[in-house]
Amino acid sequence: MTNAIEAAGLRKSYGKTVALDGLDLAVASGEVHGFLGPNGSGKTTTIRILLGLLRADGGTARVLGGDPWAQATRLHRRLAYVPGEVSLWPNLTGGEVIDLLGRLRGGLDRARRAELVERFELDPAVRARAYSKGNRQKVALVAALASDAELLLLDEPTAGLDPLMEAAFRATVEEERARGRTVLLSSHILSEVEALCDRVTIIRRGTAVESGSLAQLRHLTRTSIAAELAGPPDGLAGLPGVHDLDVEGARVRCQVDTDQLDPFLRALAAAGVRSLVSQPPTLEELFLRHYAGDGPGVRAGPAGAERPAP
Amino acid sequence: MTTLTGAGTLIRLALRRDRLMLAVWLYAFAAFVGATVYGFRGLYPTAAARAEFARTANGNPALLSLYGPLYGSSLGSFTAWRDVTVCALLAGLMSVFLVVRHTRAEEEAGRLELVGAAVVGRHAPLAAVASVAAGANAAVAAVMAAVAAALGLPAAGSVALAAGVAACGLATASVAAVTAQLARSARTARGLAIGVLGAAFLLRAVGDSVSRTGPRWLTWLSPVGWAELIRSFDGTRWWTLALPLALAAAAAAAAALLARRRDYGAGVLAGRPGRAAAGRALASPLGLAWRLQRASLLSWAGGALVYGVVIGSASRGIGGLYGSAQVRRAMAELGGRAGLVDAFLAAMVLFAGLAVAGFAISAVLRLRSEEAGQRADAVLATAVSRTGWALSHLVIAAAGAAAILLAAGLGLGVGAGAQSGGLGHQIARMTGAGIAELPAVLVMAGIAVALLGLRPRIGAIVSWSALGLVVALAFVGAILRLSHWVLDASPFTHLPKLPGGTVSATPLAALSAVAAALGAAGLAGLRRRDIG
Repeated sequence: MTNAIEAAGLRKSYGKTVALDGLDLAVASGEVHGFLGPNGSGKTTTIRILLGLLRADGGTARVLGGDPWAQATRLHRRLAYVPGEVSLWPNLTGGEVIDLLGRLRGGLDRARRAELVERFELDPAVRARAYSKGNRQKVALVAALASDAELLLLDEPTAGLDPLMEAAFRATVEEERARGRTVLLSSHILSEVEALCDRVTIIRRGTAVESGSLAQLRHLTRTSIAAELAGPPDGLAGLPGVHDLDVEGARVRCQVDTDQLDPFLRALAAAGVRSLVSQPPTLEELFLRHYAGDGPGVRAGPAGAERPAP
Repeated sequence: MTTLTGAGTLIRLALRRDRLMLAVWLYAFAAFVGATVYGFRGLYPTAAARAEFARTANGNPALLSLYGPLYGSSLGSFTAWRDVTVCALLAGLMSVFLVVRHTRAEEEAGRLELVGAAVVGRHAPLAAVASVAAGANAAVAAVMAAVAAALGLPAAGSVALAAGVAACGLATASVAAVTAQLARSARTARGLAIGVLGAAFLLRAVGDSVSRTGPRWLTWLSPVGWAELIRSFDGTRWWTLALPLALAAAAAAAAALLARRRDYGAGVLAGRPGRAAAGRALASPLGLAWRLQRASLLSWAGGALVYGVVIGSASRGIGGLYGSAQVRRAMAELGGRAGLVDAFLAAMVLFAGLAVAGFAISAVLRLRSEEAGQRADAVLATAVSRTGWALSHLVIAAAGAAAILLAAGLGLGVGAGAQSGGLGHQIARMTGAGIAELPAVLVMAGIAVALLGLRPRIGAIVSWSALGLVVALAFVGAILRLSHWVLDASPFTHLPKLPGGTVSATPLAALSAVAAALGAAGLAGLRRRDIG
């Protein structure tokens, strides 16, 4: 399987602000790849470099086997893009924008366009100035999805959509995957990522801190355990990978690194287990660990440094 | 909460956003007045020299239509004569930009919604911008009066001149407040208000140039004319100030009424219903550029045609009416009646050329606003190259400028009518004169293109400043007796004076080459830089 997108060591600075600091990203052909990171972590900059709108200061990028800067026009026939902040020409209607962008890309599928307009419940005869944020987003989505592109670059495409439209969007991306298209989906909606993405890359401060399948990433997180034992346990605090340990007599609550569960469970079993509740890590926890530390006043070690990606 | 709650905060916000722009405007007014007084003092140092010139000027319809009549021969009369119309127009433009920027543009961008949801009364935004506009025009008046008085002009006259200019600015500000309620886009609101200002100028120009025989009262209908009719230094008619102030009050009341009757984001002029699918023309970058710019282009062309017909008709009244020996001698020096008419028409063609340069610059800058508004991304993420995208708007800028110049020339030819050799001949030589302005217009557009590619962030301000400088050179360059090195900086200096002048290919070709080089540099820069 070849990679539709391959970026290595991408760097980009705006004056003194470093937007990308050696970003690596690989998206295999035919997969839906989640692209996650806190606000300002460099997702949009990355996508704009992949589109050839920005020139990287360093590193290499290949899109569909070509150089996105030098061969932009040729590559753009084969990809479609939905920006995070959709701004349209106020005096053009949604239908006109969809047709225009399709024609500029080299043609669009009329049947598919009609189907998508229907599915997203878009009124194409309204001028863009009268559209809500969500409706502008739909226009951009229909324009991108009605094209025959091999690669879809979607930058937070569902930010303004209501839950019904969000469901329609998911169904559409599933169809795209089934047709063998590659999707790079930047998103903040974790359930969406969980439902749609084969693999994810988490980016923070301009570098990729995690990349892999969701199962792989889950493996790197903590399982929360609540147990009632036959008697007070011994030596749990000394075990590797045990966090937030709270022992009250025979009741134990804690978080355990998922790859250190084995010794911990053995120690519990030695004390005699009456009941055990274990909760697998949620994606939220995974993301929060990576996102934390970018917020003001929070000081956590870089999550990636604690636990390097495999 | 009253309908004015929060206006004070909004005023401070507007002043914070506009402080640099307002400072630049004030400086421009001060410099303009200072340069005029200084220039005339050097050019006509004695009362006799001024009296001699005044007789010639009042017999020259070109000067009459541009500046109005000279009411006296003092240095003050000369300064008011040369400055009052231009400054009134500039104060009007300043007010239009100011008012629309803080009303319809804010509403269109959705920022006014943010403000409106806060503790802000319904009329507060309009009241705030009216206060800022009044303050800005008062500052203009203060600066103009101070400079004129400091350079030795009578204080009362200086104040009258400045007050007339500021009152015109204030009236235009209120008109812009109305158009900002009528139109749904800031672009249209600005266009309508500037159209009103242009019509006011035309009324004044015709009223003044036809003076003794024609409809002199036309000047009395014009807000721009009122500033002149105050006769600052020659028997000041203070009461004429009541006219612009009454218009300002009436229009402001109308704006407040309209604002109360419409929804947020809506305009009084209803939008036409749209089509669900794109027409055949909307299939290329050029199709998009045409669609985006056609309204502006067509109104420019229509305005140019009207301008041409009106000014051309005014030229029929030239000559034969002025009996004094001096005027006849001056006419003879200019080549008799035909020469006088041609000189007048050539000045009007130059005027059109300068205005069309404004169209061309704004058409080029559309590329920048598309980019800054992130609409360019959507186009550039398709199979459209950067050069293709840029050229689409540049074609509109260049072809549009040519079309507007032709429209102005056609209007002038039709209006002037058959003078010698029939109407067809007249139309041919006037459209020729119009299109001859194109190389200089393209140089100004080329500056904007070069900046777009190489220094996009300062592109708009530098392009407009360059045009401001060229306009200033055209108006005051001669009276300042600037060296040819300075005058030659304006591309319009190198154009043949048509109709009537001789045409030589070299300067036209050289200007075209400069424009092409600037354009190529801009496109090369655009291909190399980041978008956004």
